[in-house]
Amino acid sequence: MRYQASKLLLTTFLIGALAACAPAAPVAPTAAPAAPTAAPEPTAAPTAAPAEPTAAPAEPTATTAPAAPAMSGKIKIATQSPLSGPQAALGTGIRNGADLGLQDMGKMLTDMGFEVELAPFDDQAKPEVGAANAKNIASDPDILCIVGHLNSGVALASLPTYKDNSLAMVSPANTNPKITESGYQNAFRVVGRDDVQGAVGEEFARTEMKIKSVYIIHDKTDYGQGVAEFFRQQAEKNGIQVLGFEGTEEKSNFESILTPIQAANPDLIYFGGIYDQAGPLFRQARDRGITAKFLGPDGLDSSELLKLAGDAVKGMYYTSVAAPVSQFPDAAKFAEDYKAKFNEDAPPFSAQAYDAMGICIRAIAQAAEKAGGKPSREQVVQAIRDAGEYKGITGAYTFNAKGDPVTSTYFVLQVSDKDGEPGEVWNANAVVKKLDIPAP
Amino acid sequence: MAITADAIPAPASRRTLRMTLAGVFGPLGQVFIFVVGSAIVLSVITVLVAFLLRGTRTNVDLVQATLTILPQVIVDGLVRGFLFATIALGYTMVYGVLEFINFAHGEIFMVGAFSGAALGAALAASGIVNALPPLLFVLIAVIVGMAVSGTLAVTIERIAYRPLRNAPRLVPLISAIGVSLLLQDGMRLIANVTGLGFNARFPTPNFGPPLQLAQIPAADGRTIPLILDVRALIFIVAATLMLIGLNYLVNATKLGTAIRAVAQDRPTASLMGINVNQIIALTFLIGGALGGAAGVLFGIRVGTVNPYIGFLPGLKAFTAAVLGGIGNIPGAMVGGIVLGFLEAFVASYLSLLTGGAFSGASYADIVAFAILILILIFRPSGLLGEAVAQKV
Repeated sequence: MRYQASKLLLTTFLIGALAACAPAAPVAPTAAPAAPTAAPEPTAAPTAAPAEPTAAPAEPTATTAPAAPAMSGKIKIATQSPLSGPQAALGTGIRNGADLGLQDMGKMLTDMGFEVELAPFDDQAKPEVGAANAKNIASDPDILCIVGHLNSGVALASLPTYKDNSLAMVSPANTNPKITESGYQNAFRVVGRDDVQGAVGEEFARTEMKIKSVYIIHDKTDYGQGVAEFFRQQAEKNGIQVLGFEGTEEKSNFESILTPIQAANPDLIYFGGIYDQAGPLFRQARDRGITAKFLGPDGLDSSELLKLAGDAVKGMYYTSVAAPVSQFPDAAKFAEDYKAKFNEDAPPFSAQAYDAMGICIRAIAQAAEKAGGKPSREQVVQAIRDAGEYKGITGAYTFNAKGDPVTSTYFVLQVSDKDGEPGEVWNANAVVKKLDIPAP
Repeated sequence: MAITADAIPAPASRRTLRMTLAGVFGPLGQVFIFVVGSAIVLSVITVLVAFLLRGTRTNVDLVQATLTILPQVIVDGLVRGFLFATIALGYTMVYGVLEFINFAHGEIFMVGAFSGAALGAALAASGIVNALPPLLFVLIAVIVGMAVSGTLAVTIERIAYRPLRNAPRLVPLISAIGVSLLLQDGMRLIANVTGLGFNARFPTPNFGPPLQLAQIPAADGRTIPLILDVRALIFIVAATLMLIGLNYLVNATKLGTAIRAVAQDRPTASLMGINVNQIIALTFLIGGALGGAAGVLFGIRVGTVNPYIGFLPGLKAFTAAVLGGIGNIPGAMVGGIVLGFLEAFVASYLSLLTGGAFSGASYADIVAFAILILILIFRPSGLLGEAVAQKV
């Protein structure tokens, strides 16, 4: 009997181990069916819109210019970002921004005779899901360019697949230096880098917030830990006392992390990570009577932070590579269109996704012209490299040899202390500082 | 004991008050001894390690730094332990009766938290949440959470477990894992559709500032407050009440006798006129309701809920139940509290004691579980496992 009981325990432990893998395991199976269904369903709507008007002009061009019969076929541009799960607020913005971009600028391709389509993929902010989607994307020959990701860790997991298939990725949000430093010829981004962002944050903390000591927490992802490390390096170099450097995957109960912080009594808590973790952390810190100031990178740039943390984050500073859409004068029309189409204010990174889409479309069009037909993926990558300055709604972008914009804009923002709906309050966040810094 | 017969002198037809009290409060004493004992043992070990390592660090006095946050770490560990303990009760009840691990229990906890959050959101939308006295709000939310989770647990038992009751043991286990994933993703869908959002805020009345139990002098002349959040206090009190209630139910009522009878020998219990199906459903109802209550209390304390909050606490509560001796109600409490202490100590001290080489928060699980494996090697049947009668 005892023997049997122990056998049972052993089996339950095995099952327990199996279940322990579940955060990874369950998403893979759900992701697989989710992605294909996600793809056809939302694409049905966007394609219907641009495809129909093009059907009319396509015929006249076909008759007037029969010289280019090769300019036909379907071209898809994929997006990869978290559309469900804790970071969906930003990820959906990327999909929607790209969708608007295709709607506005897809004409460039449809006039040439192509059919264009958006293929949105949900990477759930998980590297393994992103990598699986990347294989799906690579196997669809119509997809010539990718707008994504939100999370650097997910992008880094997907990039090898993109590279093997010479697929261009234009990222509207990935800030980890490794994206462009790892020798991926096909990786581009329209935002700044964390080595600079960390330094910008540190300088602001030291000179403007006048802090002397800092306690750094990060989320153990490529993005969060990366930017936190850069902040720490700079802080140590410039004489800020680093009282602690902790990583955690905890999402709800931060008690045991806050106890040492309370004892260390830092002037500042720097959080390298995304808003869904930062919200509860900051609020629980204030609940405990910790008075340290808060600072964080662009991962905090979402009104969800305000929803989750409430008064605890009113007036706090954060650095970003993407300011509120209201900061870009050229993006006013985009902001209106976004609100009209998706019934919410354009979230951070959506305008960048619009520009990333623009870069993709222009490159495909140029490559098509050069190739005299539907271009190959290699030709699209080359076209992005060669195309020169792109004038977008969030700025002008010229890529250097690594794929970084030659100069990027970094912002320090302050959360508005107004009352009201988190979405509206967030859009009232003030830009405290704006720096144009060349890519290192 | 609990679910077995040996704690109670067999024919429990007429019981004295003294026996009832012993049945109800005896286990509580056991839990109390383990709380104090494990706190002392872990404190001594930590201080000892700090003392041995004091030469390695020049910039801080390690022993002093360890001692200043020690009371707070104990309080944190206690709160964390009670969380695991309340969830572990549900695992252990079901195991005691069916010898089956209900892996969906963590999700039942999560659903309880979400129903509380939905109630809070509804009250906040109508603007009365801040007008309610906090304790009344907690009471209402807990009742709602218990009702939803209890019903859910019974439904799951009826649909996913009862048809498999005579199947090989692994089958209902797989079914339980399936239910667990189903509930996670189902709740993800519901949260997104209803506008609660994946990360849902749990609106509550203002509980006021945390209680300051003491001021502890730190090395640099500052004092560090020893804090107990009001919500954490509510959690501890509620969990203790639940344990007392459960012990009363199982050890001192007719229903409890029936539950223990089913646990000990299902066919014979059935022959004695006990409706086995009803008793098993009831066990799920009680376990589910306890999980739901724990979920609501947890949600109130941390302030946000998401569809995945049940998974890890569920897994750890299962571990706690095994650590305490699965099938044993005070064992679940003891296991939960010991695990809670282990985690709190490692998370708070590892970084300090290793000079920042290891981040405590990220390695808490590894160290806590390594210690756990050690305990199980020396006590394979769990800390209170001896009391579990073998079914021979």
